[in-house]
Amino acid sequence: MDLQTMQIIWFILVAVLFTGFFILEGFDFGVGILLPFMGKDDLERRTVINTIGPFWDGNEVWLITAGGAIFAAFPHWYATLFSGFYLALLLMLVALIFRGLAFEYRSKRDNPAWRSFWDWSIFFGSAIPALLWGVAMANFIRGVPIDASMNYTGGFFNLLNPYALACGLASLTIFTLHGAVFLTLKTTDELHERAMGLAKKLWIPATALSLVFAVYTFVETDLFARLGVNPGAIPIFSVLALFSVIVLLNKGASGWAFVMTTVSIAFSTITIFMGLFPRVLVSSTNPDWSLTIYNASSSQYTLGIMTTVAAIFVPIVLLYQGWSYWIFRQRVTKNSKLEY
Amino acid sequence: MDTLFLARLQFALTSVFHFFFVPLTLGLSIFTAIMETAWVRTGKEKYRQLAKFWGHLFLINFAIGVVTGIVMEFQFGMNWSQYSRFVGDIFGVPLAIEALLAFFLESTFLGIWVFGWDRIPKGLHAASIWLVAIGSNLSALWILVANSFMQSPVGFQMAADGSRAEMTSFSELLFNPYVWLQFPHVLTAGVATGGFLVVAVSAWHLMNKTRDEEQFRTSLKFGAIYAFIGALLVSLAGHTQMQEMVHNQPMKVAAAEALWHTENPASFSLFTIGDEKKMEDVFSIRVPGMLSFLAYNNFSGEVKGISELQEEAVAKYGPGDYIPSVITAYWSFRFMVGAGTLMLLAAAVALFKVIREDYTFGKLTGALLLSSFTLPIIANSAGWILTEMGRQPWIVVGLLKTEQAVTPASVVSGAELLTSVVVFTLIYSALTLVDVLLLKKYATAGLHGAE
Repeated sequence: MDLQTMQIIWFILVAVLFTGFFILEGFDFGVGILLPFMGKDDLERRTVINTIGPFWDGNEVWLITAGGAIFAAFPHWYATLFSGFYLALLLMLVALIFRGLAFEYRSKRDNPAWRSFWDWSIFFGSAIPALLWGVAMANFIRGVPIDASMNYTGGFFNLLNPYALACGLASLTIFTLHGAVFLTLKTTDELHERAMGLAKKLWIPATALSLVFAVYTFVETDLFARLGVNPGAIPIFSVLALFSVIVLLNKGASGWAFVMTTVSIAFSTITIFMGLFPRVLVSSTNPDWSLTIYNASSSQYTLGIMTTVAAIFVPIVLLYQGWSYWIFRQRVTKNSKLEY
Repeated sequence: MDTLFLARLQFALTSVFHFFFVPLTLGLSIFTAIMETAWVRTGKEKYRQLAKFWGHLFLINFAIGVVTGIVMEFQFGMNWSQYSRFVGDIFGVPLAIEALLAFFLESTFLGIWVFGWDRIPKGLHAASIWLVAIGSNLSALWILVANSFMQSPVGFQMAADGSRAEMTSFSELLFNPYVWLQFPHVLTAGVATGGFLVVAVSAWHLMNKTRDEEQFRTSLKFGAIYAFIGALLVSLAGHTQMQEMVHNQPMKVAAAEALWHTENPASFSLFTIGDEKKMEDVFSIRVPGMLSFLAYNNFSGEVKGISELQEEAVAKYGPGDYIPSVITAYWSFRFMVGAGTLMLLAAAVALFKVIREDYTFGKLTGALLLSSFTLPIIANSAGWILTEMGRQPWIVVGLLKTEQAVTPASVVSGAELLTSVVVFTLIYSALTLVDVLLLKKYATAGLHGAE
């Protein structure tokens, strides 16, 4: 394979990793955000947390692998992005630290203040990254100040522009909806009712904010200019899938509703990456200074090694991660043995 | 604010802290797997209880290892962007492979293990914890492949424009001799770290005659053997590594020995207070010929000194200061070796006790065994400080200096760095406290606490 083909393959693989991350960690972020609204007492909160108990850590590895893949395949993308979005990433790391520990530690002591502290850590630890990832994706495509030597020249507040915040709110509400639908699949009785009610309510802001974001994208970025006025099947299906969720929920078809939130998240992520291609970070200072898969990538040899490794191990990972979802496919009830 | 200093401080802080917990998880995962295998093979309830108990302590540490590990992975880009650009073609690869091969494996199967006690067959459940143990230790291998490139770069060429190093051979990177010196050392350090926690906690239960006495006798037996194997092998692996470093990283060895000038035969310093500027001893007790013996198994043989190596480096790389902080290298080496020696002693005592089936502990033996779990932690931290500080001023030996590697201050300002240093310091201090309190609670609660 020539260098250019491999650069494209790795762009696609990074997009796949982000898509997987948003789909999987998306619903466990959502469950975390819904924790205070779902659980009226400690037992209910434990039940809610245990629905994602066996999965959340494996889901988070999608992000770590995406980070590693960007580092290995596109070192300049990794260097510019991680140094440029410094304080935002610091905030996200702090959120993920508290969230990860909260799952493991909250039920290790009976003290109500202790449990409440960790429950709020789960809430904020889920809400902050769910918001920040939307902000980050919007900034990838809108463009950020990058100079000729690929260094970010903006500050923290450059990232918090209205467009990026709109995308952040859209991702926050969509992940929350995705989590609510997941909970309708994993709970019973009152918890199931509550999840269903929340999902239906959340559908309204999630859909509204996604449409706002789509229109805003038309105004603010060159995405539609690049994809054409008729942007093609993928963005349209992303919107249609989201519309169908409410219909399916009203019919009580939770499983299909979850498929549709998944499709919607996947297709909107793919849309953003399609709009980016072949760029990975757009420079708002000068379009020529944008990072692309061509000027940010590793050497042909390195990409070749990485392609081989990915071709062997990605299917294996998918198999055993899928198997873990199969083992724990049952609903979690208050009478289940709760580990967390 | 000096961003280089702050970035180094933050890296030191976050990596040393990360490594407080990681070796414990490396060692405890294997120990838990051994206990559960014993349960599957014998059907004895005590092994199931012990697997749950040690698994519980493992989980408390694992959580901190995971969340501080994400910081490590992101930090190269955040604080060392010039480094990331320079070595990404090489260094990023083992990091990505680590995530794909190791992190997915350990996190997925840990979920299966924690939640699967009643869901999957016993044998499969025991296999899950073995996969967690393999995943954890594989992650150590891949990160050491990355680190070894910084210590002893192989399998690369410089890009035509000199802007970066590019990989030319993945197998050379993986079979870098340095990897296969470091990895056994870290693997066995993990075994020792897990082993001494088992020894200390089990001994505590026996001394306090808690209700789980019988099970903790079994636990102490396994723990003593495990800790002894770990302590013995980690010393041997370390010794082998040092012998290789005499050739490979002579400056690190000379600094660790405060060997100012080339000697033949070279003396081994037991205690030295030196003057780094004048490069001479202020006060020193040295064993003649001993360093040559340690380096070459022979009482004669030249070991190069700091000033000669500095001259060689200037000739090779141009003017500059190529001497790491001698006081740091010297004392971190002594803390590591000192703690290692005490580990051998403590493991021998524990082994002697369990062989004689003598579970009464005198004041001195009691104190030694109870405090033994701190020894590997001291040795692990000191070892990494020596490895990383002894490499200075280089971040990648011979290719890139640490001062060239840091993110430009125009991107990450001193104020931003100071913020993150303060945030990490506060959070990590609080986490240490919480971790220690939880470990203490569950270690002393005994077997029913983990059910």
